[in-house]
Amino acid sequence: MEILVCVKRVPDSAENEISIGADGADIRRDDLVYSVNEWDNYAVEEAIQIVERVGGSVTVVAVGTADAEEVVRREMAMGATQGLLLVDEAFEGSDGLGIATILRAAAQRGQYDLILTGAQADDGAAQVGGMLAALLDWPYASLVNRIEVNAGESLRIGREIEGGSQEISEIATPCVLSIQTGLNEPRYVGIRGIRKVASVEIPMLDAAALGIAEGSVGQTGAKVQRVDYFVPQTGLGAEMLAGSTVELASQLVEILKTKGGLK
Amino acid sequence: MVAKVFIFVAHTDGKADDTAFELVTAAKRLFPGCAPVALVTGSGLDGVCQEMAAALGEVWKFDQAALAHPNAELLWPLLVKVLPAGAMLLLPHSSLGMDLGPGLSVRLGAAYLPDVVGTEASEGTTLRVIRQEFNGQVSTHLHCDASGGAVITVRSGAFPPEATGSAVGQVSDRSGDAEGLTARRTFVEVIPAEAGDIDITREEVLVAVGRGIGDQENLALAEELALAMGAALCCSRPIVDAKWLAKSRQVGTSGLTVQPKVYLALGISGSFQHLGGIKGSPLLVAINKNPNAPIFQAASVGVVADLLELLPALTEKIHQSR
Repeated sequence: MEILVCVKRVPDSAENEISIGADGADIRRDDLVYSVNEWDNYAVEEAIQIVERVGGSVTVVAVGTADAEEVVRREMAMGATQGLLLVDEAFEGSDGLGIATILRAAAQRGQYDLILTGAQADDGAAQVGGMLAALLDWPYASLVNRIEVNAGESLRIGREIEGGSQEISEIATPCVLSIQTGLNEPRYVGIRGIRKVASVEIPMLDAAALGIAEGSVGQTGAKVQRVDYFVPQTGLGAEMLAGSTVELASQLVEILKTKGGLK
Repeated sequence: MVAKVFIFVAHTDGKADDTAFELVTAAKRLFPGCAPVALVTGSGLDGVCQEMAAALGEVWKFDQAALAHPNAELLWPLLVKVLPAGAMLLLPHSSLGMDLGPGLSVRLGAAYLPDVVGTEASEGTTLRVIRQEFNGQVSTHLHCDASGGAVITVRSGAFPPEATGSAVGQVSDRSGDAEGLTARRTFVEVIPAEAGDIDITREEVLVAVGRGIGDQENLALAEELALAMGAALCCSRPIVDAKWLAKSRQVGTSGLTVQPKVYLALGISGSFQHLGGIKGSPLLVAINKNPNAPIFQAASVGVVADLLELLPALTEKIHQSR
């Protein structure tokens, strides 16, 4: 099975406190720790496991600046067969449809049976996978938390639906699936693994190489534009406790006692 | 020109979900003066259609056995067929909305606005909405060119239902439009979540751990605290993803909905998916090392602290107070 996995380099929100720059145009990015989007990492692991079972190849693709190379290389160290970078100034400011349009051009250069994306990334939009499927006119399923390869050209998949239930479906290939976290245990990548792929060449394609018309993606092609970032003023917020560790513990015990938190 | 506005009605056991009425609120804020049309798809829909007709002027019914379980791959061809050009469609940002919305927007040539939490006044066909990014740590204003229509998914709980008054809506049976739909994805079954060793939905005091606990070995600190409090241990999604606790311990929209009296959140950032699983307005005490964590906006009491220091001290203090 030939699998394409779309990945994104994002600020690691577990490691970072996100704050906003003075003019509100962007978050402060100088000191952020970047990594591969968590959902995408599960998608790459799943693709590798599928290929280990039924054969084929895994290609990891990222849209972004040249910085995206580090996450593509990291995913190659996990065991992906090849990497692909889609980089052009004209891609900057793309909305979800713009990113899906760029990825479609990359997908059409190969003969893929399956395309995986993470269910969502740092902006929480959860949109690119479904848009890419529609652009390719392939069937789609979101929030996938189980994949079994059937004999013939179909997959048996599970989707995570509300309340922790799982919706089982059959889907024809080629198809696009967006992957939910937790469906596997992504393998660890050590320094040695990264070194092994350090000198592997990762092709970089721009808009011209991908045959993407000027203005169809990027800021000019975007129907949806982000105007600014801000921190909302919501409600009263919590009563914040202060003091030493021991003082905090005492205050918390009193509050818990009063409210029935100690049984 | 008044926008042609549609809301997609999610329903369970013959009743419209809360999201349906939240979409009505969102539609009226986004498109003042609009008369939203309710779209109801499924099988055996009379109750839901009557319920929506009591709130809105017009209900379109699509009753087909094939739609009994919602399948986005059947629904998009139906909606592409029946929606007028330039339609504004509101969906819940649910597992179905996320499945259906992005691809549908492409096929309609419409803009896509996912997980909307707020709105500002529109200007002509430019919609202005508010979203959140980075797990709720920051918000953004978006402008959207909706001249070709828009598909908008709306976060659950962001637009509380308003009294809609009583309408005597017309139910228009359009089931014929839903005949003979085919899809390359077929629904097989729903596997319900497994029950766990304890039922956290019945517990009055819960200690919940999140990613901020750091390492698996630190989980013992939370377990000892829960034991001292007489509380049950639960968690947010990353803990289940890491296989440190069973799925039956997960609070959130993709886990269980709990209704405790006291909820102590340890190292939980406070994503809307997690908060969506906490009902009944408990005393919510949050401890997190990140002062910007969204959990502090939802919590009643907050502490910015290192869990590894504070938890043992708190456990000890509780033992002393007994």
